[in-house]
Amino acid sequence: MMRQFPANPDLTVEEFELNMGPQHPSTHGVLRLVLTMDGERVVRCKPVVGYLHRSIEKMAENRTYTQVIPVTDRLDYCTSMTSNYVYVMAVEDLADITVPPRAEYIRVIMSELNRIASHLLWYGTFALEVGATTPFIYGFRDREKVLDLFESTCGARLLYNYLRIGGVSRDLPEDFCERMLAFLDEWEPLIREYEDLLDENPIFYNRTKKVGFLSAEKALAYGVSGPNLRASGMARDVRREHPYAVYPELEFDVPVRTEGDVFARYRIRMEELRQSARILRQCAEKLPGGPYLEPQPLRMVLPEGETYVHLESPRGDIGCYLVSQGTDKPYRCKFRTPSFCHIAVFQHLVRDCLIPDIMAICASFDVVLPETDR
Amino acid sequence: MSPDEFLPILQARFPQVEFRLDPLNPQALIMSASGVPEVFGWLRDAPEAAMQYLEFSTAVDSPPDCLCVVYSLYSYTHRHRLALKVDLPRHAPTIPTLSHLWENADWNEREIYDLFGVFFSGHEDLRRLMMPEDWEGHPLRKDYSHPNLTPRPD
Repeated sequence: MMRQFPANPDLTVEEFELNMGPQHPSTHGVLRLVLTMDGERVVRCKPVVGYLHRSIEKMAENRTYTQVIPVTDRLDYCTSMTSNYVYVMAVEDLADITVPPRAEYIRVIMSELNRIASHLLWYGTFALEVGATTPFIYGFRDREKVLDLFESTCGARLLYNYLRIGGVSRDLPEDFCERMLAFLDEWEPLIREYEDLLDENPIFYNRTKKVGFLSAEKALAYGVSGPNLRASGMARDVRREHPYAVYPELEFDVPVRTEGDVFARYRIRMEELRQSARILRQCAEKLPGGPYLEPQPLRMVLPEGETYVHLESPRGDIGCYLVSQGTDKPYRCKFRTPSFCHIAVFQHLVRDCLIPDIMAICASFDVVLPETDR
Repeated sequence: MSPDEFLPILQARFPQVEFRLDPLNPQALIMSASGVPEVFGWLRDAPEAAMQYLEFSTAVDSPPDCLCVVYSLYSYTHRHRLALKVDLPRHAPTIPTLSHLWENADWNEREIYDLFGVFFSGHEDLRRLMMPEDWEGHPLRKDYSHPNLTPRPD
């Protein structure tokens, strides 16, 4: 649209299109944003996804139920444990398998440790997007220690393939709880240090306060979930609303903020780190003995039926819709992933923003592209 | 409310639409395509349903005749969930869009169009989402074939 330039009537200005991505360091993966700009302001934004589409749902239809577990690792490489978890939970629901209590606790410990690892990675990269380099080093330094705990448990640092239908693949190492508690004792005071790096920083304030406001109504309509929804004033957490595993026995708070801006989304995740540490301490105390796996046949056959289960991943509400036709392979396996909704909401959020704001907004949502594209 | 509690209410309110319980899925109702989108508008706005949240929509291909579109709705007010399944003819699946009710439906429907070839009438921007624009065929259909797609050895 062409119009006159207010300062000089001889000149005209018009909108132009700017392509951001798919190879852009601030999009946390392969995301392309087609922006229509009026000067420095964004008029329209069309996200283009699919660059990382690996047809995970089609692959799942071709594999036996056990063979699908390593595929779910690749859904979201920052929180493989929760992606494993939601899939095995769906299979167990259909096959009516009861998981031993020790395995339930181990799964919760792993999900919460993974939440810490994921939020630390997010903290580092988010701060990098708004121009602070130190938090990146801090976040990655401490994430390493969580990965060490994972490595000692299942041998892998990123794609764990640890959960099994009916339990977990191996027991925790003997000294795991001591090492985990030692890590928590050492690490928990550092959360205050992370906050000090950003909270008191006027540049960070100006970049995040009142930027990327998302109202609760819009958040619901777009299917936003997890910390991003809680930053918009909705106290919604699957662990609280539909408690699964041993969450009913654990005490924790669901942090909520009402501002709905980038800063609120940052604060929510910082609070969640503390809550995860609280949950982990209770788990270490209550961890029962007994078997860690209810062994299942390698090529298990599920009865005919359908189910939908969901749980709280670090990014939000992740779900698995599983259809079985009484064979040894899933007939249809659909993953409902939080990042899918969080990217769709960009088109609404970045209107009238500046380009540097897009980076802050994009980072604050903690999107992971492999999860969107599946 | 559970699906069997929803069933009489929906049947009374929408006599022209067929509803029945799904024997395979305790969370779901099967309905005829004539009720889209009115039933969904009511489910979103009626205080007793208050389905503010479209969790996801997807499709399940059942050759030779049927392609089923599945909508999963959730209410934060009442903490209840309802899945609605609509069977469509597989050779020409068309269904009205829900993108004016929930913004989330926009991308979900683009994905279903892309991977299953369901046409959503009234959708403003029905393009492929995952696959390249010039891709041929709809990969999640059961009879889809591609040279790179071979069955896994046992």
